[in-house]
Amino acid sequence: MTMDFRLGEGSDALRDEARRFLDEQLTDDLREQMHRTGVHHDWDFHKARVESGMLAPGWPVEYGGQGRDALEVLAMAEEFQTAGAPTYGGSTTLMVANVIRHMGTEEQKRLIVPQALSGEIIIVLGFTEPEAGSDVAAAQARAVRDGDEWVINGQKMFTTNAQEADYVFLLTRTNPEVAKHKGLTTFLVPLRQPGVEIQPVFTVSGERTNLTFYSDVRVDDSLRIGEVDGGWEVMTVGLTFERSLPQGGDSRRLLRAMERWALTSVDDAGRPKSEDADVRARLGRAAAEIEVSTLLARRCAWVQNSGTLPGVEGSMAKLFATEALTRQSADFMDMLGPDGIRADGDPAAVAHGIAEYLYRFALGTTTYGGTSEIQRNIIAQRGLGLPRA
Amino acid sequence: MDLNPSEEQQQLIDAFAAFYAKECPVERVRAAEPSGHDAELWASLRAMGALEMAVDEESGGWGASLLDMALVAEQHGRHLGPAPLIEGQVAAKVLARTGGDAAAETLGRALGDDHLVTIALHPPQGGVLSLVPGGSVADEVVFFDHGRLKCMVVAERGRPVPNTGSMPLADVAVDPAAVELVSGAEAEGLFESARDEWLVLMANALVGVGARSLELGVDYAKERRAFGVPIGSFQAVAHGLADAATAVEGSKLLAREAAWSASEDAARATELACLSCGFSAEAAREASYRSLHYHGGYGFMLEFDIQLYFRRAKAWPAVFGEPSSMYARGAAERLSAARTDG
Repeated sequence: MTMDFRLGEGSDALRDEARRFLDEQLTDDLREQMHRTGVHHDWDFHKARVESGMLAPGWPVEYGGQGRDALEVLAMAEEFQTAGAPTYGGSTTLMVANVIRHMGTEEQKRLIVPQALSGEIIIVLGFTEPEAGSDVAAAQARAVRDGDEWVINGQKMFTTNAQEADYVFLLTRTNPEVAKHKGLTTFLVPLRQPGVEIQPVFTVSGERTNLTFYSDVRVDDSLRIGEVDGGWEVMTVGLTFERSLPQGGDSRRLLRAMERWALTSVDDAGRPKSEDADVRARLGRAAAEIEVSTLLARRCAWVQNSGTLPGVEGSMAKLFATEALTRQSADFMDMLGPDGIRADGDPAAVAHGIAEYLYRFALGTTTYGGTSEIQRNIIAQRGLGLPRA
Repeated sequence: MDLNPSEEQQQLIDAFAAFYAKECPVERVRAAEPSGHDAELWASLRAMGALEMAVDEESGGWGASLLDMALVAEQHGRHLGPAPLIEGQVAAKVLARTGGDAAAETLGRALGDDHLVTIALHPPQGGVLSLVPGGSVADEVVFFDHGRLKCMVVAERGRPVPNTGSMPLADVAVDPAAVELVSGAEAEGLFESARDEWLVLMANALVGVGARSLELGVDYAKERRAFGVPIGSFQAVAHGLADAATAVEGSKLLAREAAWSASEDAARATELACLSCGFSAEAAREASYRSLHYHGGYGFMLEFDIQLYFRRAKAWPAVFGEPSSMYARGAAERLSAARTDG
């Protein structure tokens, strides 16, 4: 074996398929709809993914997947992310389906997994609460047993796509008497039932998320995932499926737009912006960071392909790429001068105001999926061996 | 994709790691200051074949890939090798590629005798080659001047330039009797390739500088106690080190990709050379700064090794230019490719 930075033929082929799919399915109308509603899920797009084998190509063939390896799946996912496709509903659904596949009962596997992979249902995440974010094990939403059922009361924050979804993967407290990690249980709670209230929450990026309320909501014990009070183990398994995510896609889309701007704009003296040393330095710095984000993410998939689960590698990839997007979007707004603040809808906005949009969008990326501070803790403790606070 | 070095590459890494551990302990680095040159280390490096590896087999070398050389450069950086290895390799490589009698003779001297040949990274200004790496100890300098690639014997060594990184730098006056090796587009192409190779090797050397800087900081943060606990348990310290570790890991992937691309993805080779050196320079500078700072007052003392790294992280790449200039050069490559693609 020799060092090789190519992803491989299988990845190249799937990447090409993904590009063709996106050219066809990610229409201007769909982009406009995402922008208007702030919802990054679309049922037609989601079902088209299923039909084209673009939802779960990494799953085994018996589940309707193609048994693709992690680098092949990553190549596809890079394209979806770079294009800015609405994938969030699909991602959370697959993550939960994976948890069920590994820890669920036979009945759950038979009932839920085929519906998830066929695009009939989507599942959203219900971990975060108004008073529990990074300290996810501090969840207070209560589940109390009542015969074959459980009764749930509580609130969940940032239940994105709940208004579209069939189930929420809910982290609840079943035993308040023991240490916080030991009294948690996870359920797959049907969202369309009395007692569930979905309140929209609008964010600075324009994305719509939700606050969800659960008042005497009943869920059958057959929809409990994992052991009673074994919720933390379920969460740990769930998070291992999030370790080979694509990174840097939004930055890549941003950089391409800024490079096109540099090639087609001139300064007051009529000199092309592409000749300007300051413009070049900003573009080059972003290009270097994007290459690093891409490589750090690909390394995770490579580690996964070689049979081990990426750990610290995933934290580094997520931390670096999201912090880089935060810097780049601000820097490119500055590069565009006063026009940098022109937002989408203004005909003079550069590339539909992509820098301005991502400047706002980036704020979410350094928070969800584990804040930058949590990632740094993981890198410091597990990567560098520094002592815990 | 395979990010592991091959078996042969791992042997190369191990051999040079052992070499530097023996021949270049930090006491030797300190002893070589302020001249920045350890003649004994240079002789040992030559005996190890560090110059021959850069040159193809027809010209008397082993024809190592740029990636192989990059793996050696990383070890050189880790140990702050006080010898102009990268410049010597790049000069030998460009001479071998140039061909012709004059180049072959100079290359023969570089490989065969105790004769140090270096390369100036910028054309002369006002008849002077500024801050020539290895210039204060070189016997001969390859340089590019008005469309011609030339070589000159350094008759009288210039005054060494005192500098941040304790490097053997000199401003070298151009000798009117310099020999022309090749001219025109070919000369320019050769010079630009040489600069790209220098950037790639420097990027990898800086990975070593950054990685070792980080280790020094992490080790110190585990040992040193304040307020009754190791300072590495404070997030204010741990998070700075985590950021630095992430950037250094990223710089390593990018620097190796840049070296790999020289033979495997030629269309991106120049772009990646420039971007990787800029990024490695910033990552190494940040890692060495953080580590020095977390040493508290001790970091400010000459006695602690971290200052050796902090100074070189800034100074080594500066011989070419500041990171922004490298990024700008990389962007120019990307823009010209994008223009061609439409």
